[in-house]
Amino acid sequence: MSEQKKIYWKGLEQLRNDESFVQHAHQEFSNDESDPGHSRRDFLRMMGFGISAATLAACETPVRKAIPYVNKPVDIDASIPNYYASTYINGGDYCSIVVKTREGRPIKIEGNTLSSVTKGGVNAQVEASVLSLYDDFRLRKPKLGDKAVSWEEVDKEVIGKLDAVAAAGGQIVLVSNTIISPSTFSAINKFTSKYGTARHIQYDAVSSYGVLKSNEESFGVAMIPSYDFSKAKVIVGIACDFLGSWHGAIEAATQYASTRKLDDGKTEMSRHYQFESNLSLTGANADYRTAIRASQEGAVAVQLYNLVAQKLGAATVSGGNDKFAQLENAANDLVAAKGASVVVSGSNDKNIQVVVNAINALLGNYGTTITTERPALVRKGNDEQMSSFVSDLESGKTKAVIFYNCNPVYDHPEGEKIAKSIAKASLTVSTASSEDETASLCGVKAPDHHFLESWNDAEPRKGSFSLSQPAITPIFITRQGQESLLKWSGVERPDYFSFVKGNWKAWFYNASGASDFQMFWDKCLYDGVYETAVTSSALKFVGNVSGAATALTSTAASGLEVVIYQSYGVGTGAQANNPLLHELPDPITKVVWDHVLTISVKDAAALGFTNDGESNTQLAELSVGSFKANVPVLIQPGQAAGTIGISVGYGRTKVGRVAENLGVNVYPLMKMVNGSLSRAVVSGVKLTNTNASYQIAQTQTHNTYMGRDSVIQESVLARFQKDPKAGRYEPAISKWDDKVAPGTLSLWKGHDYNDHHWAMAIDLNSCTGCGSCIVACNVENNVAMVGKDEVIRRREMHWLRIDRYYSSDATVDDLRGLEVASENPEVVFQPMMCQHCNNAPCETVCPVAATTHSTEGLNQMTYNRCIGTRYCANNCPYKVRRFNWFKYHDNQKFFEVNPAMNTDLGRMVLNPDVTVRSRGVMEKCSFCVQRIQSAKLTSKKEKRTMKDGDVVTACQASCASGAIVFGDINDAESKISKLLQVEKNPERPNGIDKKIGNPRAYTVLEEVGVKPNVFYLTKIRNKEEAKA
Amino acid sequence: MIRTLKNGLGRATLLLAFVLFSAAGHSQEIPTDAAVIKEGESLFNANCKSCHAVKRKLVGPALAGVEGRAPSIKWIIEWVKNPAKVIASGDAYAVKIYEEYQKAQMTAFTGFKDDQVLAILAYVKSEAEKPEQTVAAAQPGAAVPAAGAGIPEGYLNLILVGMIIILVLLVVILGFILTTLKKFLDQRSLTDEDKEVVHSPFTISGTLQSPAFLFIVCFIVAAVGFKTVIDGLYTIGVQQNYEPKQPIAFSHKVHAGQYEIECKYCHTGAAKGKSANIPSANVCMNCHTQIKSGTVTGEGEIAKIYAAVQNNKPIEWVRIHNLPDLAYFNHAQHVTVGNIQCQTCHGPIEQMDVVKQYSLLTMGWCIDCHRKTDVNTKGNAYYDKLVELHGKTSKTNLKVEDIGGLECAKCHY
Repeated sequence: MSEQKKIYWKGLEQLRNDESFVQHAHQEFSNDESDPGHSRRDFLRMMGFGISAATLAACETPVRKAIPYVNKPVDIDASIPNYYASTYINGGDYCSIVVKTREGRPIKIEGNTLSSVTKGGVNAQVEASVLSLYDDFRLRKPKLGDKAVSWEEVDKEVIGKLDAVAAAGGQIVLVSNTIISPSTFSAINKFTSKYGTARHIQYDAVSSYGVLKSNEESFGVAMIPSYDFSKAKVIVGIACDFLGSWHGAIEAATQYASTRKLDDGKTEMSRHYQFESNLSLTGANADYRTAIRASQEGAVAVQLYNLVAQKLGAATVSGGNDKFAQLENAANDLVAAKGASVVVSGSNDKNIQVVVNAINALLGNYGTTITTERPALVRKGNDEQMSSFVSDLESGKTKAVIFYNCNPVYDHPEGEKIAKSIAKASLTVSTASSEDETASLCGVKAPDHHFLESWNDAEPRKGSFSLSQPAITPIFITRQGQESLLKWSGVERPDYFSFVKGNWKAWFYNASGASDFQMFWDKCLYDGVYETAVTSSALKFVGNVSGAATALTSTAASGLEVVIYQSYGVGTGAQANNPLLHELPDPITKVVWDHVLTISVKDAAALGFTNDGESNTQLAELSVGSFKANVPVLIQPGQAAGTIGISVGYGRTKVGRVAENLGVNVYPLMKMVNGSLSRAVVSGVKLTNTNASYQIAQTQTHNTYMGRDSVIQESVLARFQKDPKAGRYEPAISKWDDKVAPGTLSLWKGHDYNDHHWAMAIDLNSCTGCGSCIVACNVENNVAMVGKDEVIRRREMHWLRIDRYYSSDATVDDLRGLEVASENPEVVFQPMMCQHCNNAPCETVCPVAATTHSTEGLNQMTYNRCIGTRYCANNCPYKVRRFNWFKYHDNQKFFEVNPAMNTDLGRMVLNPDVTVRSRGVMEKCSFCVQRIQSAKLTSKKEKRTMKDGDVVTACQASCASGAIVFGDINDAESKISKLLQVEKNPERPNGIDKKIGNPRAYTVLEEVGVKPNVFYLTKIRNKEEAKA
Repeated sequence: MIRTLKNGLGRATLLLAFVLFSAAGHSQEIPTDAAVIKEGESLFNANCKSCHAVKRKLVGPALAGVEGRAPSIKWIIEWVKNPAKVIASGDAYAVKIYEEYQKAQMTAFTGFKDDQVLAILAYVKSEAEKPEQTVAAAQPGAAVPAAGAGIPEGYLNLILVGMIIILVLLVVILGFILTTLKKFLDQRSLTDEDKEVVHSPFTISGTLQSPAFLFIVCFIVAAVGFKTVIDGLYTIGVQQNYEPKQPIAFSHKVHAGQYEIECKYCHTGAAKGKSANIPSANVCMNCHTQIKSGTVTGEGEIAKIYAAVQNNKPIEWVRIHNLPDLAYFNHAQHVTVGNIQCQTCHGPIEQMDVVKQYSLLTMGWCIDCHRKTDVNTKGNAYYDKLVELHGKTSKTNLKVEDIGGLECAKCHY
């Protein structure tokens, strides 16, 4: 109980108890709108119009058509979804997916559980990519200059010019991001071998070239090893956001979560130390987090090396003399978990990576948690080659350039130089699907298909292959990029599908031992993935650690440092035209639709920046050399003092109306350090307060719990091992004779759920807060995007939100203590959606019975019955009900932010099984009732009882870490029944008063007695017990 | 060459052995066993029904008496398995039929076993021998009673006339009573005041202006008006009897009624999912590659299907049954799981030349059925637990209502 003294706050304004916070804390909606003052005349006018409009509308029923196919494809039945295994490829980002299509339209993406790489996990960007398919900004046709032309004309132009350039001996360059497709590689090879002067250059917007180089030094092979966090007992991250924006984050999240779960009597979990500048998603999940400056990353690595080496009796190296909190403990734990630990760095500096490799080699982690035999192939970008390409282009040496699905004018630091000198080449081609910053400067626009329209293959990890298949006929007159390349290499009638199929026959079929190629191919296509044995042997560390350490010593800086990161939503900016990603609150800052600069509490005070509870802030002028930009400032707890965090992905100028000119492009801030692009600027940074006020949209301070502390229940591992109920808050209610649990007293008779009793369990320990569930929910349930202005008015429509609470070990009156803690707080994420209360308070206040209870434990919301009193939202203790203040579909006002409901193209993404809500009605999480109904129907048709796993909610399916479990707690064999250890009341086995046996399981605000069907499992941190 | 010869010989031997064996095993007689007839019925329905009827000529000839018409039972078996071969062999009867049916060739059923063909023949024979009436009674839809049935219309009129006569008589009687009473009072000595009352003049204008009259009239007008408005409002969006003209004058009466084509043969989705599916043109072409002239409309309407296929332009049917977007209805739940007949909601579709919306399709109509209808629980393990629990507390059958069939989120989400 003593642990409950911790206080939680959602932002600094709550901690400081700002006036503006207090003023609005009790309101769910901000009331910044004054009474518009309607007069009696207005009333009459509106009434008159309303009546006549209603009369007119009622006069004639519109004639609706039912148009069948001429020739119905055998496997498409109207209203029955089809699923296709495919692959998400965006630059080097990879995910094996299953695409759900309805009537030939992809409407949802889910993870492919058969993949040994992503194991069914997805992230927000993968989930959102289905909307990118229906992007209005996509090129409809190929273009020469500004003129739309046919593909024959494009081919004539390109081949003619390529031949001319090649004949004159001019350079031909094919620029791309990392290519992970082996078949695309062979198409590119065909192209480069056709023209003697052609070469292929890969680069990555967020480069890992330093890692490649370090491994070349350490092992003799330029590769990125694959990690297996599931085997790690101790994890040390040095500025590595391996759960969020790292190249293998989906895979890592799955593995990491498995070490954090405490199910089935497991009492051990991994311990995670994180050393970083920005508070990243990974840092927020760490047990111990130390804020360091970007310039100290090397020192941390070297010192960690020395500490580990000392303990293991190996030679130490010079340097790394600074002391860092927790580093000594980290080293102790690492040594204790020798062979079952991992140190991972996100730096692109090869020297840091060499030192980190050396630590892992000392600890014997290669072969256990780190594998060099099956390296990750998702980052191959070469910064040096790209740089030399830019200078070749400037000097006019490069005569022809093809930008293959990449946008270096925007996402390369020297983009401006490329933009200026691109005209010097006689042939410039872009295969980008829209007229982005690069494509708009190119003479030939040869748009590629969207990945959901394409055939392709991928090899994200050596020996792990996967296939892409089109889930829709190409919407526009685009052409598969590889087919363009094949055509330009002289193939008369290129067909990339046969090309891939032929390659797979040559590469895999013979070795597979399958008896029939078609069957082999069909199986691969059905599964989406294929694995081959890898014969290469493990590599040995031969790097020069002292050399690398010496190179790292001389980086002691004192000024402000800029640390560039990738936002969890828009990432590198490639999907910047996707409103789903803009409306997704950043897991940490909770900012939507905006580009902010994060700054530490200390620096903010020094520079005079203030944030209030209405997210009013000031614009800061950030200047680094010639780079100058005005960016709003967000004071971020956990930000290392002396550092500024800012993300890439914003500031796109040619991206379509969703995100045009939103924020600042900070790619130009990346500079070459030690031969690779550095994501930190450690000198010459100036930040000045312009004092211009600016309001950012944050979902952060919304929906407060009014100081009710039973929302988050957490403890530390040692206490949990002694008492599994550690951290639990068990309120009791006084009766005249006794104190009882709140659930035992009720006015209601309770429900009997004879058929099913749906419930959900969320493990706060494995939830990383990434937000893919939010996007999955939006796509599945046709949730409207509302845009920045409406979010500022607290009218976001998300059914599922992730509450992020900071906490502090200090007591409430210890103001000084709170202040210290706020510089590096503990963080906890709590997904919050309709709790489907058994005694739902919303149901009792609805005057029209629009929200009612089902016989399966669902709290049902009937939109067509709702009259919009909003009593239910007011009476909801969890504040999870969302009101449609506007008609968000067919509404010019939301045309830009909500294209999925406002353009014919966008509407193709809508889920036909879920109603698009109109103005004036309430909506909320339905436990994906459409999926429940569909699964029930399937089992009825098959004349069987339902099995566990028949119903998977959208959020559950998207959760890479498996933190969300959904199922029927009437079924004793279901996963959720076992997880929660449900004991039925023998007198009323299907009633609501089931006993939850899992000591970690609790319901939020239990004392209110609403008996939710959503259970949370306590957050357990693997920390030492506080010495109090 | 030798090999071919050998193969040929081998095959011939095999065939001979087979024929001998089957001749020995089956006497090539049409069986009369009830089980075989039953098997024949299901085979007939699954394979033959779209082109043949027993007693009527459809795409193909009526099959009654085929065993007598055709050269032999063996011939029939061979014909069914591969008609093209029989025609090519120059068989006179085969060629005659081929010519008679505009050279439309029957589909080959190579997969059929001899026994199966015999079973079909057995079924055809048993059907042919049935008297005519049973066939008519078996027509679907005949069981659907006409709405408002109970008292015949003639009686209703009679009762009405009778009541009017009674009412007129009543008025006359009342008039008599009034005059008698006046006369009676006149014979008594009355005061002037009372006389005035008895002889007060009855004027129409006086009555019309009386407050009581005005009130009654106003009340009736208001009540009727109110009722009309309410009734009118309730019909907004209700399209019962909606009977739009379709781009092709397709007749369900011909297809579903006369030829008894199974509904799900064209509406393939009804058993599978939410949407019943309007058949695509290629489904029409299954039969209409052969049938080029319609029973009612001649060639013009069928030619529209050919045009659609040729131009690859889908036929834009007018949708008759329109549920609002906010309501989710799934055909499979009702057709496959609930085993509800199509006619229950769509009415006697097999009698409609032009399809109209038979049911109200209002929420009240849905709910009403959910209250009255027993759940089709038989043989469906999904319902076992629910039936058992229901049995403990109630003696009535399990209705849809009892398992949450009236809940909002069953149809609205």
